[in-house]
Amino acid sequence: MSMTMAEKILARAARLDETKAGNIVMADIDIAMTHDLTGPLSVKSFQKIGVDQVWDPEKIVVLFDHQVPADSLEAAQNHIFMREFVENQKITNFYDVREGVCHQVLPEKGHVVPGEVVVGSDSHTCTHGALGSFATGIGSTDMAMVFATGKLWFKVPETIKFEIEGKLGKHVYSKDVVLNIIGQIGADGANYQACEFGGETTSNMSVSDRMALCNMAIEMGGKTGLVEVDDKTINYLKGRVNKPYESFSTDEDAESLTTMYVNVTDLEPQIACPHNVDNVKPVGEVEGTPIDQIFMGSCTNGRLDDLRVAAEILKGKQVSNDVRMLVIPASREIYSQALEEGLMNIFVDSGALVCNPCCGPCLGGHVGFLGPGEVSLSTSNRNFKGRQGSSEAEVYLSSAAVAAASAIKGVITDPRK
Amino acid sequence: MDNTIKGKVWKFGDDVDTDAILPGRYLVLTGEKELAACVMEGCDPDFSKKVKEGDILVAGKNFGCGSSREHAPISIKGAGVSAVVAESFARIFYRNSVNIGLLLIEAKGISKNVDEGDEIEIDMEEGVLKDLNNSKEFKIKPLPEFMRGIMKEGGLISYLKNHLAEIKDE
Repeated sequence: MSMTMAEKILARAARLDETKAGNIVMADIDIAMTHDLTGPLSVKSFQKIGVDQVWDPEKIVVLFDHQVPADSLEAAQNHIFMREFVENQKITNFYDVREGVCHQVLPEKGHVVPGEVVVGSDSHTCTHGALGSFATGIGSTDMAMVFATGKLWFKVPETIKFEIEGKLGKHVYSKDVVLNIIGQIGADGANYQACEFGGETTSNMSVSDRMALCNMAIEMGGKTGLVEVDDKTINYLKGRVNKPYESFSTDEDAESLTTMYVNVTDLEPQIACPHNVDNVKPVGEVEGTPIDQIFMGSCTNGRLDDLRVAAEILKGKQVSNDVRMLVIPASREIYSQALEEGLMNIFVDSGALVCNPCCGPCLGGHVGFLGPGEVSLSTSNRNFKGRQGSSEAEVYLSSAAVAAASAIKGVITDPRK
Repeated sequence: MDNTIKGKVWKFGDDVDTDAILPGRYLVLTGEKELAACVMEGCDPDFSKKVKEGDILVAGKNFGCGSSREHAPISIKGAGVSAVVAESFARIFYRNSVNIGLLLIEAKGISKNVDEGDEIEIDMEEGVLKDLNNSKEFKIKPLPEFMRGIMKEGGLISYLKNHLAEIKDE
């Protein structure tokens, strides 16, 4: 039977020869990730089941990234609670405050393997499909089930495949492509579907750009993002994943497959305007909007590629006195590479604040809160009302290039000018 | 799970996200009552003081979009809300709600035909929702059978307690 990539991976995980969209399958989980913010609820739910030991302490990853270092007594208590869980359950893959954002650290440390099923108690777990895995965000009670049994039920999703063609213009990136798609199909345009990204443009993208595409699948309602494994993926996995893996691809005649063709040849930089991710406009329509804070980072665009783009634009320039700019590398590895390449000097010299690897202002629960009436331009993934602090603040979303160019002018700026 | 539910309506719009239901700054909390004290704060800062035991939320499409935070449905359940009725729900929120035993109901046309403050009655057996103020009736979309089983047993934790051995052997 012809199947999509999502169907093939879930069939393998459920130990079935085949499955199809709409079926309910009980899948074996290969990696289960939880963090400092959703971890405590997951562990408390697990403790209610009445099972003493987790199913496999080597397949669980616990990581602190949302409130690191602890910024309140409650956060510190949550960290202590999770450290105790890690110790009691003998969980081997534990990353305390120092490593960075889960959706960057998991692939970096080799926990994301093509053909496997990754679940995380974080909605942006869909990022990991950029390496050809089936990865999806789940809640705390579902995570408790995984901790207890190593299994989780899934409704096998249909697939919407975005065939992306055309050469991206100067200072147009994967973030612009995915914002454009979300603007076209809406915040629930892919509800419950697997969002697969293909076509020549995707093939030409780096793994980190593909992660930005998959990261945003949830913002159109998607269950996961997916990109087929190719030489770039294999190259990324070298030295990180030291076990054999299986790569799956979508059969063109799979029954549950819908294809959407996207041509990006003339695409302009895109901006998601307040207060919905699907309120997307070309940068020209919002140029000149005054900004109070710029956040350059997150699991969407806090990677080395993004920092390089931003540093190139900021080199020798100053961040406007009207703006505070936060640069937050997504991981320690990225931080270290950026230091080595001299990028951090550029940021510091320009007047940007460089923070430790963490989720930053993205969730409105740690550093860089917005006050009433303030406006943020952010390279992250959500601009919901109140997302970064006050519900009277506004958040715009963009690529790293738009963020850097806007930092210099203090208003939303087209980086191509 | 009772077969008939009656309650007073609170109305919300389309795409109500999890930050509106439970803002990020409260994610350090884990208790049902303390989360309930912040419920829907992004939409209405005083909502937790207005909502009463047994009330029903009625919303448009894509209710619960955004984060996987289970804090969101927990805060709604903790506030005593008996059901959330919407045109459609976002995926993770839907699962999380069923898992903790919060009743979600999909009913097409509901958001434009029911007013805030109306009393509605939901008959789960018949699959019908009725606005007692204007007598309009709506068909409700039943939960998938598998999820109905979880709801019947009071949520995923109780379900797991009852079926742990068979799940492990599957």
